[in-house]
Amino acid sequence: MQNVAQVMDFNSIEEQPALKKRGRIQIDNVSLVFGTGKQANIAVQETSLDIEPGEFVCILGPSGCGKSTLLNSVAGYVTPTTGEVLVDGEPVVEPGPDRGMVFQQYSLLPWKTTFDNIALGPSLCGDVEATRTAEYFLDMVGLTKYRNHYPAELSGGMQQRVGIARALATNPSVLLMDEPFGALDAQTRLVMQESLLEVWSEFGTTVLFVTHDVDESVFLADRIIVMSASPGKVVAEFDNPLPRPRSPDMSTRKDYIEIKQKCLEVIRSESLRAFELQNA
Amino acid sequence: MFTQWLKRDNNQRFAISLGSVATMFGAWVFVTETGLANPLFLPGPKAIYLAFIDCLFEGYQGSTLVEHVGTSLYRILAAFLLACLVGIPLGIAMGMSKTAHAIFNPFIEFYRPLPPLGLYTLLVMWLGIGESSKLALLFLAGLPGIIIATVQAVKDINPTFVLATKSLGASRMELIREVYLPGAGPTILTGMRISLGFVYTVLVAAEIVAATAGIGWMIWDAAKFLLSDIVIMGLIILGLTGIALDMIMRFIGYALMPWTRATRKFSKT
Repeated sequence: MQNVAQVMDFNSIEEQPALKKRGRIQIDNVSLVFGTGKQANIAVQETSLDIEPGEFVCILGPSGCGKSTLLNSVAGYVTPTTGEVLVDGEPVVEPGPDRGMVFQQYSLLPWKTTFDNIALGPSLCGDVEATRTAEYFLDMVGLTKYRNHYPAELSGGMQQRVGIARALATNPSVLLMDEPFGALDAQTRLVMQESLLEVWSEFGTTVLFVTHDVDESVFLADRIIVMSASPGKVVAEFDNPLPRPRSPDMSTRKDYIEIKQKCLEVIRSESLRAFELQNA
Repeated sequence: MFTQWLKRDNNQRFAISLGSVATMFGAWVFVTETGLANPLFLPGPKAIYLAFIDCLFEGYQGSTLVEHVGTSLYRILAAFLLACLVGIPLGIAMGMSKTAHAIFNPFIEFYRPLPPLGLYTLLVMWLGIGESSKLALLFLAGLPGIIIATVQAVKDINPTFVLATKSLGASRMELIREVYLPGAGPTILTGMRISLGFVYTVLVAAEIVAATAGIGWMIWDAAKFLLSDIVIMGLIILGLTGIALDMIMRFIGYALMPWTRATRKFSKT
């Protein structure tokens, strides 16, 4: 993902300050309940969040805490039982290209090549320069050599880079990421995290990033939202003091260790509480 | 590309198949030449060959062999293509919508196990003894397999593909074009191959009534006179055309769905 700055020639984001302001996410008192009666399962309970345009927010929590469900409500895949989600003031009612989504894995269309996967969004959105847009994002993620490869022919890390390029190619105001690096090995994950920060600093798109990895959230986020399970709700919120640009060697800094510890404490006490609940 | 497709199979397996066919042929020659088999019921390869040459140049009951084969292939292909044109869109609709499934499924499940001859008597009463009742029977034989395969294929599509494509701004029709159709493609092709087999199985039944040409009719007519050489020759031709059509379909699938031949170049992560 090098040379991002050099290939940014046709982009006009800097010339359109309004674009920079896009991407406010307001989650207003959202509950998500699946099933009815005795089988009702409260995945997310009365959660409110405000995310500023251009902010990088991580939702951190154990599996089953409803963090993905909350993300899916922003994507428009599920409708909140109560409350509503607003993106740039517009209520979310269905999925749309203004909210780019990156999934954990296996979400590229296997019957399309790298290039066609990236070009699909722009062409569906009526981008008259879909080919050029796709070309640009293909180059941005450094996969020009693999343009005619099918997803099955790419490594997991390459597939996720295509996933990110595809999500960005429709010029979304927010980027939603659901444990995108969870299936990658540790080394690849680190490289991908750095690449993501590079891309993000270039585009300034709001990012809402779901993970269960404390280090990942500390390395990436401006703000870390910690959620707990049964019922899924926000239990803590931390502003990340770590300066940017970030690099992997920051993980030995005092402020890194401090915020990591804060997150771990909350997670540990919540896990113990959940454990006691189960055994009560 | 065609030679590439032919070569994709491993040569060893081809050799084994060739060997098993040759063994069977040898056994056939053996039992007929040694007089172990009654030539009235099982004529030897030579008698079959002579019957073939005779039908090819002299014809059988007023039509040449080419006419018989051509008539039957036309019926099979016309009915089968119609079954695909109806079955694939219907299957996609039924796979995508529970309501569409609930509307159409009872009828398909009801008529599917009905014996073709039983169905044919009714079709003859409705459509007459001409070509349309024959085509209708062949069409109905081919339809369920295509529909069932398509419905299952659509249901098996990874829901993440649908969500991801919706997030890129796809409408319902665009989802069908970009996700459902290609995603279901390989399974639809399998359904088509099985369905073509079903169309073949009812060919004789469809050509019993008021036909003057067709391989199925030729077999049926020859059986009445115990002309077992013609019967066996007809069956061999039917079998060979079936294999040829199946190969054509597999090749079309190979050409239209290049991603199915994509091979992993990296480890999983």
